[in-house]
Amino acid sequence: MGQSNMKEIAIVAYQQSDCVSDAGAANEVELIIPVLGKVFEQVGITNAQDVDFVCSGSCDYLQGAAFAFVMGVDALGAVPPIKESHVEMDAAWALYESMLKIRMGHAESALIYGFGKSSPGELPNVLSQQLDPYYLAPLWVDTISLAAMQARLMLDQGLITERDMAEVVARSRRNAQGNPHAQLGGDVSAEDVLAQQTYVSPLRKADICPVSDGASAVVIATVEKAREWGVPYAVISGIDHCIETHNLGVRDLTDSISTRRAAANAGVGDGRVDVAELYAPFSHQEIILSRALELGEDTRVNPSGGVLAGNLMMASGLSRIGEVFNRIVAGEAQRGVAHATSGPCLQHNLVTVLEKGETA
Amino acid sequence: MSDENNVGEDNETVTGIEAPIYLKYNFTAGAAASRFLTRIKEGVLTGQRCPRCSQVYIPPRGSCAACGVPTEEEVELADKATVESFTIVSIPIPGNPIEPPFVVANLVPDGANISVIHLLSECDNAEVHIGQRVQAVWKPQEEWGYALDNIRYFKPLDEPDVPVERIGKLPVTGLEG
Amino acid sequence: MSTLAAVVGIGQTKYTTKREDVSIAGLVREAAARALQDADLGWDDIDAVIVGKAPDMFEGVVMPEIYLTDALGCNGKPMLRVHTAGSVGGSTALVAASHVQSGAFKRVLTVAFEKQSESNAMWALSNPQPFSTHLNAGAGGYFAPIIREYIRRSGAPYDTGIKVAVKDRLHGARNPLAHLQLPNINMQEVEESFMLWDPIRYLESCPSSDGACAMVIASEELADKAARPPAWIRGVAMRSEPTMYAGREEVNPQAGRDCAADVYKQAGITDPRKDLDVAEVYVPFSWYEPMWLENLGFAPEGEGWKLTMEGATSLIDGGDIPWNPSGGVLSSNPIGASGMIRFAEAARQVRGECGEHQVEGAKLALGHAYGGGAQFFAMWVVGAEKG
Repeated sequence: MGQSNMKEIAIVAYQQSDCVSDAGAANEVELIIPVLGKVFEQVGITNAQDVDFVCSGSCDYLQGAAFAFVMGVDALGAVPPIKESHVEMDAAWALYESMLKIRMGHAESALIYGFGKSSPGELPNVLSQQLDPYYLAPLWVDTISLAAMQARLMLDQGLITERDMAEVVARSRRNAQGNPHAQLGGDVSAEDVLAQQTYVSPLRKADICPVSDGASAVVIATVEKAREWGVPYAVISGIDHCIETHNLGVRDLTDSISTRRAAANAGVGDGRVDVAELYAPFSHQEIILSRALELGEDTRVNPSGGVLAGNLMMASGLSRIGEVFNRIVAGEAQRGVAHATSGPCLQHNLVTVLEKGETA
Repeated sequence: MSDENNVGEDNETVTGIEAPIYLKYNFTAGAAASRFLTRIKEGVLTGQRCPRCSQVYIPPRGSCAACGVPTEEEVELADKATVESFTIVSIPIPGNPIEPPFVVANLVPDGANISVIHLLSECDNAEVHIGQRVQAVWKPQEEWGYALDNIRYFKPLDEPDVPVERIGKLPVTGLEG
Repeated sequence: MSTLAAVVGIGQTKYTTKREDVSIAGLVREAAARALQDADLGWDDIDAVIVGKAPDMFEGVVMPEIYLTDALGCNGKPMLRVHTAGSVGGSTALVAASHVQSGAFKRVLTVAFEKQSESNAMWALSNPQPFSTHLNAGAGGYFAPIIREYIRRSGAPYDTGIKVAVKDRLHGARNPLAHLQLPNINMQEVEESFMLWDPIRYLESCPSSDGACAMVIASEELADKAARPPAWIRGVAMRSEPTMYAGREEVNPQAGRDCAADVYKQAGITDPRKDLDVAEVYVPFSWYEPMWLENLGFAPEGEGWKLTMEGATSLIDGGDIPWNPSGGVLSSNPIGASGMIRFAEAARQVRGECGEHQVEGAKLALGHAYGGGAQFFAMWVVGAEKG
């Protein structure tokens, strides 16, 4: 959906926890509370009572207990009761739902948060149970193996080289050095990556995002409300998402047609893209996405390091939107694109365009 | 999945497949619960007080759900409690020696402002009532672990009933305090 | 402000213990195809699909919407998956409605389902976690003490719950889609049924069902041209509060009261018993009818049981405000879909298509769902007129 003839909605705050490989004893509430505290502080509000709607994203299977999101409500200060909902998806889709709420006039502001504690389980195996329960899930094909097949297709068709992939990794590691919340950063060269052994051929461990625990949160509001709060903001000028068939054999895995379609509907091509944050859990997928979004040489891709530097399942998509917001309010960009994904081999993709708001 | 057009005489409808799912998790209790479990291994019930509304939570979950703020101050509680409400369960617990019918009650320990669920025993089920005073019956100390199960069950106390409006508001010293 | 939207198509499966003849995809497609047929539309007429269901562990499929996109004709379109515990069917309908009410979409499909027979739902709900006492109390064990407290406060006669159990099953016997078909049930049979969690008897509890429910929701412009009478969405509301906090009112939760007040205000309802013609309310244990009658403002606090005992909520007794003429959750309970069934049945009533369980002349209806520890609420009011 675009912004034409509609109330303009803006991002006004974004916070993310550190990406850590194991959050230890902390439970979900303990992961969420500090992040919410910071995001409220950023806007200058006290708790969820000060926004009109709350929506979260999480997945029960990450921590192996039903109703993970119910505990999340304990972090909100939801007394008296609040307007609240939850998607069993990345919280980027919770942001999408919240925008509908604002557009229909039932809210002027919303808090969105996503959280995941993936360390208790074996994430690639857990996610294998996303697949068709009769044909594929019983085979336990894990997400890394599926992505490896996708990379193999691209290499064999000459669409990428292993060096291209290694360069994605090296840039991620270098960029992550400037991101205090990243898990993997460092002065790494493509040669360093290529020197690694393959792990699930043709992928090297560095081509695969790490497993991270943590949470992130965003506050959105109408531009009027953002001005009332007196905080810097970035306008969401377009947002759209699109899912593809689950049948991997039918899809062209070397491209992302759903990203192309969402990008067209969100208006990515309507202006210069200064910065792009892409949810690419595997190095080759960043190349697929950059091509699908038709990003040029003048676009900075994943200045945060992206998810190769730290991947908060169910929050990373929301964080991508937050990271673009950060670049815009920092004055480093005028216009940027954020991408979120879900499902095996980029099955479901969401594209958001953010633009610098006019100052009040 | 069946397809009625293609199910021939020698082509039986498949109505199910066995696909067991085994996933291993290293479950963590959370920092607040870990402190609670450490103390209960020593035979002590503890709660946490909300810095904003002063209410005491047991078992603590790391936040005051009403205020949405972290709880840190630890409060030692009595092992006496009041019946807030209860049910008599007639279904057996798999692998548990307790035989139905047994009483599961919402109990507010003295000094806390919220109930915990536990068993009530050594009583006539028909005489259990809201406001009744009860006390923990602990397992032998050598069996204590990091679990609320260190309390085998609660049993009735010979104390006057707590008026309904005071349930959940008793100090740690109990009815007399 | 919000754009007017309406339900223009409804499809349900027959609710039953086990649907062995279809896969999960087959089940949701059956409901969705019926909704499209009812709306006289094809798959290509749909702009987005919104899916809801209760915990993934019920079927053992992680985020099953990812696999269901093909069955729901969603490829190339937006898909959203909602999960708000037991209220999810209702919340999903509200999220679907918001797609249209926001003006962003013209026509969306929403589907909620549960195929509990494919896994072990009791296991998923009572999955023993280390560090907590495992009392196998399940949902009944959680709600029974709250019901007991309601009985203490209100002084309701002990057979109020029995009366609801009979009433909803007699309603269900008039609904060919209802899971339990018990046309000869009586008070004695319910009273003599096994006491599971005192005061909840076996026949005072909901069954466990397989099933799916789907709706097509369209914009005003398209609904005006719909094949069959639209059910206009006159109010939508949701509220949440934490499961446990000191001093929480569990019998008559604030979140339910606030949610009802919000939805009534939007629909211009001041006296729900008088202004509404029928209500489909989430009552998984019989005693929740008198409790929700009070929570939703149909009766003063402490007096909900009187409406039940007078027969005011019975379609068969000619009550003035029939509750759950479809048979309700007590007759069919595919958990993730149960809330959407309430919303859809409310819409069917104002469309006048309920046959044997139709409330004559119904113009305004409430659909209600709740979940978790009676902490998540979703409601809508639908009408035969735009309002």
